Amino acid sequence: MAMGNLRKIRILVAKPGLDGHDRGARIVARAFRDAGFEVIYTGLHQTPEQIVNAAVQEDVDLIGLSSLAAAHLFLFQRVIDLLKAQGAEDIQVIGGGIIPEKDIDKLKAIGVKEVFLPGTSLGAIVKWVKDHVVPGGPSED
Amino acid sequence: MSKLYREKALARVSDARNDWRQGYDDRMASAPGKKESYATVSGKEIAPLYTPCEIPDVDYLEHLNFPGQFPYTRGVQTSMYRGRPWTMRMFAGLGSAEETNERFHYLVEHGQTGLSTAFDMPTLMGYDTAEPKARGECGKCGVAVDTLKDMEILFQGLPLDRLTTSMTINPPAAVIWAMYIAMAEKQGIPRAALGGTIQNDMLKEFIAQKTFMCPPEPSMRLIVDTIAYGTEEVPRWNPVSISGYHIREAGATAVQELAFTLADGIAYVEAALERGLDVDRFAPRLSFFFNSHIDFFEEIAKFRAARRMWAHIMKTRFRAKSERSLWLRFHTQTAGCSLTARQPFNNIVRTAVEALAAVLGGTQSLHTNSFDEVLAIPTEEAATVALRTQQILAEETGVGNTIDPLGGAYFMEALTEEMEAEAYDYIKKIDEMGGMLNAIEKNYPQMEIAEAAYAFQRQVDEGRRIMVGVNKYAVEEDIPVDIYHADDALEEQQIARTDRVKNDRDESRVRSGLAKLREACEGGTNVMPELIECATAYATLQEMCDVFREVFGTYTDPGTF
Repeated sequence: MAMGNLRKIRILVAKPGLDGHDRGARIVARAFRDAGFEVIYTGLHQTPEQIVNAAVQEDVDLIGLSSLAAAHLFLFQRVIDLLKAQGAEDIQVIGGGIIPEKDIDKLKAIGVKEVFLPGTSLGAIVKWVKDHVVPGGPSED
Repeated sequence: MSKLYREKALARVSDARNDWRQGYDDRMASAPGKKESYATVSGKEIAPLYTPCEIPDVDYLEHLNFPGQFPYTRGVQTSMYRGRPWTMRMFAGLGSAEETNERFHYLVEHGQTGLSTAFDMPTLMGYDTAEPKARGECGKCGVAVDTLKDMEILFQGLPLDRLTTSMTINPPAAVIWAMYIAMAEKQGIPRAALGGTIQNDMLKEFIAQKTFMCPPEPSMRLIVDTIAYGTEEVPRWNPVSISGYHIREAGATAVQELAFTLADGIAYVEAALERGLDVDRFAPRLSFFFNSHIDFFEEIAKFRAARRMWAHIMKTRFRAKSERSLWLRFHTQTAGCSLTARQPFNNIVRTAVEALAAVLGGTQSLHTNSFDEVLAIPTEEAATVALRTQQILAEETGVGNTIDPLGGAYFMEALTEEMEAEAYDYIKKIDEMGGMLNAIEKNYPQMEIAEAAYAFQRQVDEGRRIMVGVNKYAVEEDIPVDIYHADDALEEQQIARTDRVKNDRDESRVRSGLAKLREACEGGTNVMPELIECATAYATLQEMCDVFREVFGTYTDPGTF
């Protein structure tokens, strides 16, 4: 854990896959920015490879994945696998969107730290980040 | 002149209104249920009471007139629902072509009167199921169509000369339409007999829904190709459904939805005129698609304002002569974004209210969302409740017995005028930017919507905007509904089917078809005949779309927030 590190929490907000529903992702990105985090938004239609590369390059602490087109199990798994393959497991992954409750345990089992469903307040997501993410990127060594 | 109120009468009402207002203010000063604001879901403040004083200039024949008469504020048809109820058109698409075909048959057997097709994400983006970028998405939020084969299965046994079909498809709209025409002709139905709609509205994709393929300019060219082709060859088809629905779902206010949709319509008309098409040949087939959100009166006013504005725009700006060119005919879908994952059965009530607004607003067709749509693709049971909601409105409530029942209500007319004026301000701003294509390049509508969406979400978070079951009356709950899950084996089956189709087809016919398509793209002749030939030869969706991508280039999301 990086002690005495004054750097801000850095977050990559990402839209994996072909899904174009970006209202939620863009609102959450704004809320993160307003909360004082540094935010990078990938834009739409990103492959898991592009997302993980961006996360490593941008030295982020957290990836927030948004999915509203039902491909979350496949795509989130790919992101987690690729993070491992790149030795970047210390980048935490959270998700949100239209995700059936019964998939949440599956996502948590593969390493997604938290899943936020429709109806979650922005405040609750920001609080989760403050409680669980310590600024200090994967390349701090 | 047919003004509703004489000046002297208005003055007397105004005096009396001031007296009433005094009493109202006194009463409200200590009212226990007084709220900080009485704003619509779009943030528009609503007055406590509307009177003739708020609509002093309404001229009956000029501003309202009769149904079927300019400016069509009260409806585009003379007899509206007395002559024919609205078309109940439920959007459906799930899993395989076989599964969706089954759902279509089910809905038609239950009294649905038009088909509406939801495609999966790869199809919407112009990719075959086997494309690496598309893996994991087959059949998840709609049906996969890779080739004509899938189209044949999708519409098997359905009387396409009698049912109209709407297809929600945008970047590859011309390709999917070509497949539909090829499929129907193989069944022996001539293209001239086909009725239906392709959404084919790329401007709102760049603004809101965000399925892209090629950049805006060539996208417009493909759309004009379909308009030109439809006008000549498929005269009962609506080649573009100019859509506010997705603009609203992305977080726009009602006025933004109204303004950006009509501005998109203006851009399509201008592009078709530039091609040299005659406005009165193509404009009658332009159709619209709006959202019906939860704020009841605001939505009804929006629909009425939209009709009046489009009629004026077509008549004065584009000098259309034919009456049909002036008609704003529209489909409505209730607002997906108004539904909640919490206490999902409440969504049935929300949807019923929104559907009623669409009907009182004079919609031509309607999709009612299923209560589980916020969780997953609707189950058959949930889709049935949604269809029954429309049938109850049409056949039990009597709301269609009289035309435009809210016409003339002080509040309704004032709100209609106000929204119209605000929407014209937006259109003026977009005109000053050089039209919608330029506005999109400047990210203008995208950022206006992002601001509105963020403002709305903060209101919800702060409890200033109530969503029942979410930020008020929330309870701990297990969501007690069955949810549809697409079968994961489907992807492999779909890839195998397309492989078989490719093995069995006449490869040289496909190659020469694709080469001719490329020539049409490069040379500027209409792509539709070549697409129909390619589709008939079982070229895949992606093979055709790749030609577009290679010739026209691709568009990537600017990623602003």
